[in-house]
Amino acid sequence: MLDGLLAPLQYAFMVRGMLAAVIVGVVCAVLGTYVVLRGMAFFGDALAHAVLPGVAIGYLVGGGARGPVFWFAMATALLSAFGIGAVSRSAKLKQDTSIGIIFAGMFALGVALISMVRNYTADLTHFLFGDVLGVSSHDLVLTVVFGVLILLIIFAFYKEFMLISFDPTLASTLRLPIRRLEYLLISLIAMSIVVSLQTVGVTLMVAMLITPAAAASLLTRKLSRMMIIAAAIAVFSGITGLYLSYYLNIASGAAIVLTCTILFVFVWALTTIARRRASDGTRVNL
Amino acid sequence: MKQTLQVPILSTPQQRHPGHRPGTSILSVRNLTVGYESGRALDNISFELVTGERMAVVGPNGAGKSTLFKAIAGLLKPDTGKVSVFGEDPGGHFCISYLPQHNHVDWNFPVTVRDVVMMGRTRKIGFLRRASGNDHAIVSNAIETVGLSDFAMRQISQLSGGQQQRMFIARALAQEADLMLMDEPVTGLDTPSQTELFAVLDALRLQQVTVMIALHDLKLAASSFDRVMLLKRRLIGIGKPDEVFTRENLNQAYGDRIQVEVNGSEIPFIDETCCGEEEHEHA
Repeated sequence: MLDGLLAPLQYAFMVRGMLAAVIVGVVCAVLGTYVVLRGMAFFGDALAHAVLPGVAIGYLVGGGARGPVFWFAMATALLSAFGIGAVSRSAKLKQDTSIGIIFAGMFALGVALISMVRNYTADLTHFLFGDVLGVSSHDLVLTVVFGVLILLIIFAFYKEFMLISFDPTLASTLRLPIRRLEYLLISLIAMSIVVSLQTVGVTLMVAMLITPAAAASLLTRKLSRMMIIAAAIAVFSGITGLYLSYYLNIASGAAIVLTCTILFVFVWALTTIARRRASDGTRVNL
Repeated sequence: MKQTLQVPILSTPQQRHPGHRPGTSILSVRNLTVGYESGRALDNISFELVTGERMAVVGPNGAGKSTLFKAIAGLLKPDTGKVSVFGEDPGGHFCISYLPQHNHVDWNFPVTVRDVVMMGRTRKIGFLRRASGNDHAIVSNAIETVGLSDFAMRQISQLSGGQQQRMFIARALAQEADLMLMDEPVTGLDTPSQTELFAVLDALRLQQVTVMIALHDLKLAASSFDRVMLLKRRLIGIGKPDEVFTRENLNQAYGDRIQVEVNGSEIPFIDETCCGEEEHEHA
């Protein structure tokens, strides 16, 4: 058993992949609690997809190097995030409509760019579905730096983010800069998406943001605890997913997301049964 | 649940906010006009509130009660006119608390009663800081004042309607608000919960917190408030209940949707025939 757990770790790429999966898992899960509580799942999914043209351009500009991909993806993510806000405000459209327009448009642009350069396609699919085992030391450094930055900002503005998410009316009577705080939160989501690109890819990204947080929301009624539980679920899923990927030879991103989903279903079933049992008697306080 | 209400913080507005001088009017509204795309919501409203008084705002649905509160709280920009709180624009003040009619908060949000009350102190604590011992003491006092100490660590969905209202009052206390604007807090509350709410309001009076409450229940307005304001887009009357609730004024406000019976020389006895089902106006 122990040998089985240690065997994959003799490979440096496996160790780097696991570190990346753990960091990305924690960052996405903690930030994901706000995504879940504020009902921004569609926004997160859209933003992940909208990053694709940035990835493609970065890839073309850098001739395959990872650095430009990261920074172009970051710029695209931030641009799309603010673009969605600007469109929905000025055009007086419902927010999900403007999210849909920008998301599909950007994703189409990304696909168009990729189709122009056929020989790169194989590599670019890594950004669609993730390639956590291809994480380089340089990637890992960027992941750590941005991951820590995101967590620090969430920690620093914990009470403000909680307030604007729970009761915007109080936030505005207290003259909190709501708009700026919302943009900061959106920027953090954009950053976390770019940081996680390599782990699960744009198409599965939303699962990292919402699945652990959603499972945690079933288990606790306290925000800080929800963040911790979500992070624990994400870390467990990241590590378990990579072992599954190693031994069953399945795509790493998919393995991580599947583990996460199974955990969610498990938690959901457990809490549903617990609630049914308690429905005629005392209330369960998990 | 048997609880005696105590008033642990006996602070006055000057102690809470040294700039606030006693004797001055806390709120002054001058020629306030607010319009929506659909037309005028408030037309040329002027009045003043004295520190520590309790005023009921009554009027039919669409009379502009919520609009008035939002304008006072600085959430709506008036078209013309001026709202000043202790002589300043409402924007400069955190000493106003506004409890909206339909609290659109997510009751399943993972926060406890204590967390919500602490939110009132967000601005006082300041950015990048954590709550100090003083903040925690103020929050504990506020929760005790409204009689929710036993519920402090409960998740908020476990509260009854009356307890939810009292939680928001505790939050306003934690905010050290001198002026509380409450939009129909008694709507949907049973009689014991209403009694508890008014016990809390009596406690607030001792702390000289000025309270403005929008109501549908004219009897309650007449019996439990220092002054009443009768509103229907314009100010029909303001003053002592028996001066304002005259047959003429009430007819102006409600038309024939209300029956006014004058019991001898007593305060007009008002029999509501209108409301109830239409109390849930959509702002």
